Amino acid sequence: MVINPITDGIVLDHITAGKGMQLYKILNLDELECSVAIIKNAGSKKMIRKDIIKIDKVIDLDFDVLGFIDPGITVSIIKNGKVEKYKDLKLPKTLKGVIACKNPRCITTTEQELEHVFKLTDSEKGTYRCIYCDAEAKSK
Amino acid sequence: MKHLIDILDLSVEELQELIDTAKDIISNPAKYSEKCKGKKLATLFFEPSTRTRLSFEAAMMELGGNVLGFSEAQSSSASKGESVSDTVKIVSCYADIIAMRHPKEGAPLVASMRADVPVINAGDGGHNHPTQTLADLLTIVREKGRLDNMTVGFCGDLKFGRTVHSLIGALSRYENINYVLISPEELKLPEYIKDEMLIKKGANFKEVTDLEGVIPELDVLYMTRVQRERFFNEADYIRLKDSYVLTLPKLESAKSDLSILHPLPRVNEISVAVDDDPRACYFRQALNGKYMRMALILKLLEVK
Repeated sequence: MVINPITDGIVLDHITAGKGMQLYKILNLDELECSVAIIKNAGSKKMIRKDIIKIDKVIDLDFDVLGFIDPGITVSIIKNGKVEKYKDLKLPKTLKGVIACKNPRCITTTEQELEHVFKLTDSEKGTYRCIYCDAEAKSK
Repeated sequence: MKHLIDILDLSVEELQELIDTAKDIISNPAKYSEKCKGKKLATLFFEPSTRTRLSFEAAMMELGGNVLGFSEAQSSSASKGESVSDTVKIVSCYADIIAMRHPKEGAPLVASMRADVPVINAGDGGHNHPTQTLADLLTIVREKGRLDNMTVGFCGDLKFGRTVHSLIGALSRYENINYVLISPEELKLPEYIKDEMLIKKGANFKEVTDLEGVIPELDVLYMTRVQRERFFNEADYIRLKDSYVLTLPKLESAKSDLSILHPLPRVNEISVAVDDDPRACYFRQALNGKYMRMALILKLLEVK
């Protein structure tokens, strides 16, 4: 299967196989008017199978969301046919407005205007805690 | 401006400073009787409390300051739907310092982000209760003369018991503490607290379900109440509420210098007969709470 190289755009590589569509939805890529390619189950020496997303335009991406959902992703930003920036995503230290606290006792359940903020407390286990109530969330 | 939301907001040095101030207040109360003259403490209690609120109020009065506030959400604008943020913004106009209790976890943190005056967490749901921990620490220091090198048993509701979580967090910064965690399976210490406060710090601890078997080992026994208000299911509360009751016969095998602490109120988990035993420290502990709150108010108001 051949997908043409992009001149200006973004390549999300090393996506855990099967997560490509999830990312497509979460990043609202369906709303873009440019070409977007999702390659599922591509062969990979490192991962055996991986997903890849190619976006034919440079857009603002929330790297925190990406890092939280799939911290192994690599991001290449391509301009004039060359990789201008390459980023290994890591788990972000803070997540603001990415996930909602599910603790029914948390103040965020009653004070609706509060931004849900989580801090990374254990990078090995990918554990985040709500800054208000300490409820746990894990990177998926 | 400094707030006290979590006991870990205070360094070990700051804790020692508060303990030293509290001891000085005990020795020289007259010296402190006008330290907060002209200052006002607002006690914003969105959830019922007797000793914590009265202790805060007594603390401010003994420092020569004044007190205003409310003791239940129904008598505040919260009953009209006002947010915590707005309430504290308004109260900041009237008071120099705020003590807040709220049933929602994290409410005092939200308050501290919005308030123009120091905020003290006087208990937020099952989450934190740092001033109770200050009372606990002063009690241990006064009874034992130290905060390190001892075996501390925590008994009862270790899952929802916020005082247990805060005290374990505070003690985890002192040397050579052995923890004995005594609870029914359903009310065990949450994994994340065990992991972050004990396992990662290499602390010695064990989890047991039988109080009598471990009581001879203990230097401090921290009893807790199974709290009805933390259960969504009444049947679970009724099943677990009588899990541990401390009686004089159970104390026969305990050390002669054991210190029995309880954050109070108790229901039936410590027999009234134990009250006259010199090892029962819980009423002295309530008094210590007032002294530590006095020391804390002085510190946060930066009164010398």
